[in-house]
Amino acid sequence: MADVAAPLRRWSYGSVSDKIADIVLARPTHWLWFAAFGAASLGTVAFVGAIGWLFVRGIGIWGVNIPTAWGFAIANFVWWIGIGHAGTFISAILLLLRQRWRTSINRFAEAMTLFAAGIAGIFPILHLGRPWFFYWLVPYPNVMELWPQWRSALVWDIFAISTYLIVSLLFWYVGLVPDLATLRDRAASRAKRIVYGLLALGWRGEARHWARFETVYLLLAGLATPLVVSVHSVVSLDFAIDIVPGYHSTVFPPYFVAGALFSGFAMVLTLAIPLRHFFRLHDFITDRHLENAAKVLLACGWVVAYGYFIETFTAFYSGDEFEIAMVKDRLLGFYGPVYWTVLACNVIAPQILWWRPARRSAWALFAVSLVVNLGMWLERVMIVVQSMHHDFLPSAWGNFIPTVWDWITFFGSIGFFAFLFLLFVRALPTISIFEMRELVMEEKKP
Amino acid sequence: MSVYGIMAEFTGAEQLLAAARSARAAGYGDIEAYSPFPIEGLAEATGFRRNWVAAIVLAGGLAGGIGGYFMQWYSAALSYPINSGGKPPHSWPEFIPVTFELTVLVAAIAGVAGMLALNGLPRLYHPVFNVREFDLASRNRFFLCLRHADAEAAREFLGGLSPLGVWDVPA
Repeated sequence: MADVAAPLRRWSYGSVSDKIADIVLARPTHWLWFAAFGAASLGTVAFVGAIGWLFVRGIGIWGVNIPTAWGFAIANFVWWIGIGHAGTFISAILLLLRQRWRTSINRFAEAMTLFAAGIAGIFPILHLGRPWFFYWLVPYPNVMELWPQWRSALVWDIFAISTYLIVSLLFWYVGLVPDLATLRDRAASRAKRIVYGLLALGWRGEARHWARFETVYLLLAGLATPLVVSVHSVVSLDFAIDIVPGYHSTVFPPYFVAGALFSGFAMVLTLAIPLRHFFRLHDFITDRHLENAAKVLLACGWVVAYGYFIETFTAFYSGDEFEIAMVKDRLLGFYGPVYWTVLACNVIAPQILWWRPARRSAWALFAVSLVVNLGMWLERVMIVVQSMHHDFLPSAWGNFIPTVWDWITFFGSIGFFAFLFLLFVRALPTISIFEMRELVMEEKKP
Repeated sequence: MSVYGIMAEFTGAEQLLAAARSARAAGYGDIEAYSPFPIEGLAEATGFRRNWVAAIVLAGGLAGGIGGYFMQWYSAALSYPINSGGKPPHSWPEFIPVTFELTVLVAAIAGVAGMLALNGLPRLYHPVFNVREFDLASRNRFFLCLRHADAEAAREFLGGLSPLGVWDVPA
């Protein structure tokens, strides 16, 4: 692992701080950023507009109906929350495993987690039909003395997602505080000093403060570790608890968690490669980092492939005629092309990563990451839609065709994600500065 | 003019650690050390004894877990029992997900709130910020501040540790 941080020997505490802080404070905004931000703003407007229209007209504007009552909204929810897994995985689990290469990618991966999980949380609410009653899922004092139904996977869901969001936010913010202090002390204008100063909470780096800070940071990592695994497991229980063929499967929790890490690491690469290119962070995000992420991607890809295999195998092994009919429909039915595209994107395409030059090539990795993102989204659509459209009775079968509003909502959510991320890279340090200083110190030791 | 303390500036983590240790050995009781990143052993060198953060996290986790389970048991078995799929009112396996989530949630919130409270943060104004050079404490410089000490003796002592400079921190 030594060569990951080797380029840091060229850097000092001061230069590494200035480099990362000045991306935010001093670097003039590139026209490409404005172009991307304009496009992302359009996407955000489309997203908000589609939600507004949904609130006015109801979920009839989407293609969902009986039997396919769960459409893009739930698929998007599962996809986004999956993307939101890699950030905490990198921050927490890799911190506990003392993988030092995580330091240069954890900050923006956590931001990615936060934005993705936040967007994910919107979709189940939109999908409720009567979204203004979403707070009925939360226990609160009410005149009818009603309580949520604790045996419902949907109640577990809201607890899991909101816990994940809050803990991820705390983890991210606590890690940011010392870096916000750096920005406060370095900012040239009074307005910036005030804003960063307020956010830094008056952090001054006293030794006792650092000691408590390190303890809580480590403990948050320890708490977040089972949380990462639990979130997508709970999401998968939304499906596995049902009796619908194609949902009702014990492999779902590990299969969903692996899929989440798979899509999450793909998104980390999708974001890291342009970030590194545009802000010239090659000394911090080295080819070795990309290679490590690629290896994780490959490993997760195989777990996902195992999930596909075992799902099909179990259906036939069970002898259950509904399960078998569902699998036959998945392979050869109306949504057959979706299934084969999923296999091509998630099982075939990542195999190029066995080849070392591909793992070391930013372009190849960027392409693979986009393909995996697409594949994982299609997989979520396949699980959600295809299982429902072909359940027990032929009289109840029917196809889901997405409407233009389904597509606008989906692409709009990507635009909104890009909007948030673009604001983040201009307003906050994308790499943890104080942890980079620690690495610089370790590298300087003989 | 009253002073908050006497402050010295150093260039490296090792110098700061050594300075803190020698100040403690010289009998200075109230020492503050400032660094741009955590340094192992520095807090102990300034006389830090008990780190309560872990205990607070544990207490938060226990409160969240026990409270969460109690809430579900109370509501489903006592306050408003309903027959859902023929399951018993106290169907504990299905109470586990929410219990787990609340354990983690309350432990995390307690940990962060406890860390901030024990550190006395947020505190936007602090006398050490009056030292102009202290801006570099979040970049690449290391500071040692001796408090409640005889100013003249403290200046002389810090000057002997080969610092970049020695300053009075106005109160």
